[in-house]
Amino acid sequence: MRIVVDLNRCQGYAQCVYLAHEVFKLNGTESLTYDPNPDDARRLQVERAAAACPVRAIMIDRLDGAERGAAS
Amino acid sequence: MTLAATLAELVRDFKANGRIVIVGASLAGLRGAEALREEGFTGSLTIIGDEPYEPYDRPPLSKQVLKGWVPADHTLLPRARELDAEWRLGVAATGLDRAARQVRLADGEQVPYHRLLIATGTRARQWPNPAEAALDGVISLRTRDDAARLQQALAARPSRVLVIGGGFIGSEVASVCRDLDIPVTLTERGPAPLVGALGGVIGEIAAQMQRDHGVDLRCGVSVSALEGDAAGHVRRARLSDGTTVEADVVLAALGSIRNVEWLQGSGLAAGPWGVGCDAGGRAFDINGVVTDSVYVAGDVARMPHVLYEYQFLAMEHWDNAVFGAEVAAHNMVNLEPHYRPHLLLPGFWSGQFGVNIKSVGVPPFGDEIVFTQGSVKDRSFAAAYGRRGRIVAAVTFDHGKWLEYYAHLIEQSAPFPPPPPGWDRPDVMRPVPAEFPAPGVPTAIPDVVLTGHDPNERRAEFRPRGH
Ligand SMILES: Cc1cc2nc3c(=O)[nH]c(=O)nc-3n(C[C@H](O)[C@H](O)[C@H](O)COP(=O)(O)OP(=O)(O)OC[C@H]3O[C@@H](n4cnc5c(N)ncnc54)[C@H](O)[C@@H]3O)c2cc1C
Ligand code: SF4
Repeated sequence: MRIVVDLNRCQGYAQCVYLAHEVFKLNGTESLTYDPNPDDARRLQVERAAAACPVRAIMIDRLDGAERGAAS
Repeated sequence: MTLAATLAELVRDFKANGRIVIVGASLAGLRGAEALREEGFTGSLTIIGDEPYEPYDRPPLSKQVLKGWVPADHTLLPRARELDAEWRLGVAATGLDRAARQVRLADGEQVPYHRLLIATGTRARQWPNPAEAALDGVISLRTRDDAARLQQALAARPSRVLVIGGGFIGSEVASVCRDLDIPVTLTERGPAPLVGALGGVIGEIAAQMQRDHGVDLRCGVSVSALEGDAAGHVRRARLSDGTTVEADVVLAALGSIRNVEWLQGSGLAAGPWGVGCDAGGRAFDINGVVTDSVYVAGDVARMPHVLYEYQFLAMEHWDNAVFGAEVAAHNMVNLEPHYRPHLLLPGFWSGQFGVNIKSVGVPPFGDEIVFTQGSVKDRSFAAAYGRRGRIVAAVTFDHGKWLEYYAHLIEQSAPFPPPPPGWDRPDVMRPVPAEFPAPGVPTAIPDVVLTGHDPNERRAEFRPRGH
């Protein structure tokens, strides 16, 4: 799956880290780092993390691979 | 039909039957395409990109990817919606014929358009000596292929990495090297890293941070030559102060060049600072007249900004690409009085040495700085930039939660020094010169550039009267 975090908006509250720590990590005290294309098996975790983000900074792909249309 | 009804019909017809071409298939191109569909545009949509990949995100390339955590081909951007677009990937646009309304491609094809969005971004400035730049191990960082090469080079545990240029990308790479326990030397022609973007006062803090993390930081020097071994691999750099640095990976982090060459002869206001456009994303022609059919967004755009004396701003930032593309897309399928302005307060983040550096506004527009919160010693603080008694920008180190407070003040043109938020106040709150290098002084190029008032920095031709 594909995600992107708007790190301008992100406030480093780390809710996402608690809910999906293989995907979101804190570097130091407030610098968020993450895996932009995590394994599909983590979808539920990541969706929970996105829903829990207080500033809605996490965007999840709304399409599955077939619909994307671009040659990859 | 009334005029209003005619115009509404025109918009409706264009949304259904128009032909839109986007050149540049990265962040701005993708978000622009999605926004067009979101606006109800159901006509034909073509996206042309010279990279063979579908749109991916660049900020992770100098961070997660180099660390070896995320593979370079794993930063593909999520999609906001279905696009139903024709993708032409792996082929460059080589020309624009505005009279015929056609984009020329490298394979000779001509792609017709009614409206065009230019989103060709920037590329990395290469090491200027071509023979030295061709040495194995000399790398620049802009694309995912660059990142894959640099990541492999770091994974091979080089004896030392030399980073040339102390801007954000150079500093982030130096930070990753230290995380990986790889010796790294960083050279910066200016007095400190980040000085072009954040000024000398903050630059000095960044310098100390780098040294504390074991970076061999050399400021006020430049690299005069790179030398390779018999096999053509880089081994050594000669510096302007007469010293040498032994390194087997060299990152040339020399700033960026805007991808405008393909617009030569198009009659647009395109030059080294980008493509001039109004605050709605409509491109200017070389005479400074706004066009109706060509739009610009992202790193390649420069547009006037109300908060900065209407000077043209070039903003090489992620949020500018996203928001600029949305605004341009909206205006591409609407007519006056429904145009929207791109009134973004520029924002930026950078993760380095475990510290979250963020800024809002345009720091180089300011000439004074005042620390308003936190502690410099702990590298956890906020500072505001001012010019002529008003606040124009702010920077935070591990104080990102406060940025919105400052953003609001900047938007209100609040006085400088600003009222402190009444919490976490430092002992001394006295404005000092922000120490930005004078224009023309060689240093890492800032990512936000004020480029004056002229929409067209190329000369237009003036005809004598009576012709
Ligand atoms: C390593 C790195 C780290 C970064 N980190 C941060 C960060 O931490 N925070 C932040 O705010 N910003 C960061 N940025 C900046 C951010 O990535 C850019 O602002 C953003 O990518 C701009 O998007 P864009 O679509 O305008 O341009 P680009 O991403 O440059 O895309 C332009 C696309 O057009 C293509 N193109 C060019 N010419 C042609 C042509 N003639 N025909 C067809 N296609 C063409 C290019 O190949 C490219 O794919 C970083 C950038 C890099 C490289
Ligand atoms: S939950 Fe949201 S704000 Fe908090 S760290 Fe994650 S992305 Fe950032």
